[in-house]
Amino acid sequence: MAREAALAACLEAVLGSRSSANRVFELLEPLAGQEEPEDIVSAARTCSRLFGALLERRELFVGLLPEQDASLGESYSAQDKYRIWMRHRYGDCVRCLGELMGHDAFQVKELALCTLMKFVELEAQYPLIKIEWKGTLTFPCDLLKVVVDGLLPTTEDASLLISRFQEYLEYDDVRYFVMKAVTASIGQVMQKTKERPLPFYQQNVFSLISPINMPNKESEMVRFMVKQDNREELKFSKLQAHKQVFEKMWLTFLKHKLPPGLYKKVLVILHDSVLPYMNEPTLMMDFLTVAYGIGGAISLLALNGLFILMHQHNLEYPDFYKKLYSLLDPSIYHVKYRARFFHLTDLFLSSSHLPAYLVAAFIKRLARLALTAPPEALLMILPFICNLFRRHPACRVLLHRPAGPADMSEDPYVMEEEEPSESRALQSSLWEVQSLQNHYHPDVAKAAAVLSQTLSEMEDDISGLLELSASELFDREVKKKAVDVPLEFEQVRGLFGKKNDIFAEHFSLD
Amino acid sequence: SNPFEVKVNRQKFDILGRKTKNDVGLPGVSRSKAIKKRNQTLLKEYKEREKTNVFKDKRFGEYNTKITPEEKMIRRFTLERQQNYGKKNIYNLNEDEELTHYGQSLAEIEKLNDIVDSDSDTEERGTLSAELTAAHFGGGGGLLRKKVSSEQQDEEEEKPKSRKELIEEMIAKSKQEKQERQTRRENALELTEKLDKDWKEIQTLIARKTPKSERKDKEVEKPKPDEYDMIVRELGFEMKAKPSERLKTEEELAKEEQARLQKLEADRLRRMRGIDEEANKKRPNHMSADDLADGFILDKDDRLLLCYKDGKINIENEEEKEEEGEEEEDEEGEEEDNENEEESQEESASEDEEDDAADGHSDLESDHESEGEAAENKEEKKHKAKENESQNVEKLDPKREAAKSELPYTFAVPESYETFKSLLAGRTIEQQLIILERIQKCNHPSLAVGNKAKLEKLFGFLLEYIGELATLDLPELRTIDKLVLPLYNLCQMFPEAASDSIRFILRDAAHDLEEVIEVKGRATFPGLDMLIYLKIVSLLFPTSDFWHPVVTPAFTYMSQLLTKCRVTTLQDVIKGLFICCLFLEYVSLSRRFVPELINFLLGVLHISLPKSQAQGYTVVHPFTPVGKNLELLLVCDKEDLKSWEKQNVPLSIVTRLKETSKTEINHTRLSCLALCFDLIKKGAVLYESLPSFHEIMHPVRILLTQHIPVNEYPEKMQEWYHSALKELENKVKHYTPLICEKKKPVPLKQYTPKIVKVLEFGRKQAGSKKEQERKQLIQRHKRELKGAIREIRKDNQYLARMQLSEIMERDAARKRKVKELLGSLATQEGEWKAMKRKKWKN
Repeated sequence: MAREAALAACLEAVLGSRSSANRVFELLEPLAGQEEPEDIVSAARTCSRLFGALLERRELFVGLLPEQDASLGESYSAQDKYRIWMRHRYGDCVRCLGELMGHDAFQVKELALCTLMKFVELEAQYPLIKIEWKGTLTFPCDLLKVVVDGLLPTTEDASLLISRFQEYLEYDDVRYFVMKAVTASIGQVMQKTKERPLPFYQQNVFSLISPINMPNKESEMVRFMVKQDNREELKFSKLQAHKQVFEKMWLTFLKHKLPPGLYKKVLVILHDSVLPYMNEPTLMMDFLTVAYGIGGAISLLALNGLFILMHQHNLEYPDFYKKLYSLLDPSIYHVKYRARFFHLTDLFLSSSHLPAYLVAAFIKRLARLALTAPPEALLMILPFICNLFRRHPACRVLLHRPAGPADMSEDPYVMEEEEPSESRALQSSLWEVQSLQNHYHPDVAKAAAVLSQTLSEMEDDISGLLELSASELFDREVKKKAVDVPLEFEQVRGLFGKKNDIFAEHFSLD
Repeated sequence: SNPFEVKVNRQKFDILGRKTKNDVGLPGVSRSKAIKKRNQTLLKEYKEREKTNVFKDKRFGEYNTKITPEEKMIRRFTLERQQNYGKKNIYNLNEDEELTHYGQSLAEIEKLNDIVDSDSDTEERGTLSAELTAAHFGGGGGLLRKKVSSEQQDEEEEKPKSRKELIEEMIAKSKQEKQERQTRRENALELTEKLDKDWKEIQTLIARKTPKSERKDKEVEKPKPDEYDMIVRELGFEMKAKPSERLKTEEELAKEEQARLQKLEADRLRRMRGIDEEANKKRPNHMSADDLADGFILDKDDRLLLCYKDGKINIENEEEKEEEGEEEEDEEGEEEDNENEEESQEESASEDEEDDAADGHSDLESDHESEGEAAENKEEKKHKAKENESQNVEKLDPKREAAKSELPYTFAVPESYETFKSLLAGRTIEQQLIILERIQKCNHPSLAVGNKAKLEKLFGFLLEYIGELATLDLPELRTIDKLVLPLYNLCQMFPEAASDSIRFILRDAAHDLEEVIEVKGRATFPGLDMLIYLKIVSLLFPTSDFWHPVVTPAFTYMSQLLTKCRVTTLQDVIKGLFICCLFLEYVSLSRRFVPELINFLLGVLHISLPKSQAQGYTVVHPFTPVGKNLELLLVCDKEDLKSWEKQNVPLSIVTRLKETSKTEINHTRLSCLALCFDLIKKGAVLYESLPSFHEIMHPVRILLTQHIPVNEYPEKMQEWYHSALKELENKVKHYTPLICEKKKPVPLKQYTPKIVKVLEFGRKQAGSKKEQERKQLIQRHKRELKGAIREIRKDNQYLARMQLSEIMERDAARKRKVKELLGSLATQEGEWKAMKRKKWKN
């Protein structure tokens, strides 16, 4: 308390008369970061009040700041000398606060961020840059750069602080300059590392830029921090300029190698919140093609962005279906992004102009892989295959081949073949589905049995089945009401007492 | 009406029973109606098409149908008064309101009040009553008046009753009637019961005493019955005493048992294929092995294997109970007899009473005899069973006697799990079993009403108890092993309750699993209790059914376990293998395909290999080709490899974290591996008939042949390995192309008429209900569409007519005006010319 009282007195004195201006150092001293968090907090509050007042009174030097030593000797008036000196103290304060954003205590970090943003707001209102002509940009870009650098530490996860910062990104001009600052920051930081990924830094950048909410129309851009009269002429009020900066930022970010986890996260949001706001979405082509070539889950995710590029921006992707075909491996039925992948695959295979051999290869491969799939995936893939048969009646030979050779010693289909046209799928039959008719889950068995009958004309709607999860399946089973419960008629003789009990052979009750 | 305005729609055939609405049409009337309607609606709209201001009717309650006209008037009146109230002329100080009644000044009425009253009174006194006039003068005015007045009354009374109220009244009335009927029936029942009771009281008298006394009297009255008759009757009675069924020989019993098992097996197969699930709903009742299948039902369930050995008191108890049972049965028999007698009385009303009575009595006796025989049979059987049981038990436990004497003989069913636990706590296995058995015996559902619910609860308690035993640090699996028996018996008694409680446990477990996945992103295997529960499911319920209320959820749950749970420790591997065993056991009869099983076994083989092996196969979730938790089953120590002996894995490992030596752990690993080989072998045997057997087993085969270091394994292990591999390899590859099931050919259209049963006239019967509904909807839509099109067309015609008439009117007006103008111009011209001429003249 005493400390706070002292600080308050100090503030009074500095604001009261210029003669006690030197007591500013008393205020700045605790900001160096060695003190207890509470002290730092109170000091930062006082500083914010002091420089806020000074900014409002315009008692800080405006224009290009001369060196502190140089200013003393030269022909400035005493008034100017004071203002230059105070401006230097202000600079010290900002630097200290920027450093405090890396403090251990979140309380301090948050306060430093808020104070800096308050300065940004005030500086925007009472610019420290001399307005030489009407179009001069008065936004304090340098100060914002300090904030952005503070938000993006290279050694720790700052997502909490970044989420606190989100509210400022609602301002269109702040967003514009933050995007610029981020672009610059990435350039600087990644330059040094030489293609080595910096997991924390990149994670921070991602959490800063992924929630950026771009406006859809120019008329939506009405929230500005700086109220400038000539706003319409300025760059940052144009949607086009925003998009350009946005695009540049993302491209700079994606230029560098990403850690695998982040790669997936980027791909998940890419089609939704990045591609629509780019001036030239085709610039993402390289990134997506590379991602598509990586394999595994990353390829599955890249599919979505690629689809948008192909569908809306005329991207020509050679051997697309071959690549898609090679993406099918046993893990597709087990991965998290199953619903998304099959939704897109359904879209890709919905064209009626696809050759029959290709569709047959897809069917056969999906069915083969289904032999290792869990029931919830099977319930989805079986109607999926039914739909493919409906769209491409030429493939029905897989189900119905009355004039074929009676016995074969080998399945003609070659699973290992990468090229769908070489896989000889059309000469094969869908024995996998026949096996699945013996599946233990009654619904799966029924779904598989549908294929051995003549298919109806109407396509099944699989959109509801895509997201089916194992627990939903279980709930569905458990909720079914039974009229009566059949019972085992064999009398029990103990836990492992059945005839030929497998357990009795391998487990003991000890 | 005018016959020229009627259009008759001629019908080709007269069809009986069909009501026709549209046989006569009145085109003129309907047209004028339509035009009038359009005048009111369409024309109005048309005329106001460019007008934006609207007419608002602000009269109070004008369109409110809820309030009656009188009320409306009153409210309007009050409103008006309220409006006028404040706006009084301020200069008019002594303005009096004149109160009116029906528009007449009340003051005036008051003045004339008496006179008017007396007048009317006298008038009324003078008039004849309505009935009188009706009777004497044929009604006339009087009748009319009465009708009017009664109508008014009706209106007054029934106006407030809305349709809803009427319906409610009706419902109330019907309910009341129903109740009355019920009470009447109950009364009747009571009466009959009372009569029966009375009859029973008297019956003994009739049967034993009266006949003798009466007989004497009757002997006097009537001549001696004919000897022939006597013989005939005797013969008749003898016929009634049928011989009891002979005891069956061993062979016959065996044959019957076999037939019974065959039937049950056939039932099971039917359910397995999942066909006609609906068709045969009958549940096969449990039948004991000693059942004679003669429809004789024990009123008491004593199928427990274990019983008490030194059971003097018990046997007495039993006998007492049996006697009670007999008595009950006797009573029942008597009742039946009574009925018989009544019938016979009715039939042979002419016959003498003596014979009648004798009749009844002998009937009774013979029945008694047969009952007795049956009871004897039963007793014998029970004795036999008991002997067998006691022999069994004798072998089981010699030192039971000492402990037994301490146990009470009757138990109430515990109400809560805690009391149940305290009942069993500290007892030996045998004692626990005895307690459970006694609880069941003492509270058999046939003994009291609430017992069923109590015993159903007992099943849940027992399950919970088993779960608790399994989660102990040192799981008491031996106890569980024994407790399964009473569990099975209870389940046989109450299948629904048992299935419900097991499903409840499964649901809880599944939800827990789901939560863990949501929170942590990965799941862990459940405790031993769940594994035991799953095993118990396979003991209690048939696992081969196509769909089963308990088994199918259990399947889904196990599938989740095998796909979602991470395998991070040796315990996890053992649990996983246990579930694999469960899967194999579940599908051992139905041979259903379980992909998760093969995946998991593949994964287990994978983690028994050293890292960085060349791959020709893919493992799926939860196993990863690279990363942590590999080499869980890898054993490198040569010593351990040598010293390994195949041993059964003790289940207690699963809960007890072992601090045993490395050698033992290695041995357990090897046992797991051997188990895995064995499971692969069994799986291969099971699935050999699947058409894509080779595709399913392909990764396993690659792993076995190319990656497993067979030569390093001990000989025993090599045996396991080779037997598994043999099963995989010696299957012939055999593929036949698929052929779709043939669709039923659509029959050609023929000229013979399709005959459809007509149950109700005017309705088509063909098709299912759904189909009918659809057809109806389509038809209705069609009709509506046609109607709408016609209406629109008529509207357009009407509008065109209106427009035309407007134009004509306008044209006519214009013509008229032009004519007028021209006329005036002509007169002007004429006048001007006349003037000119005049000037000329001048």
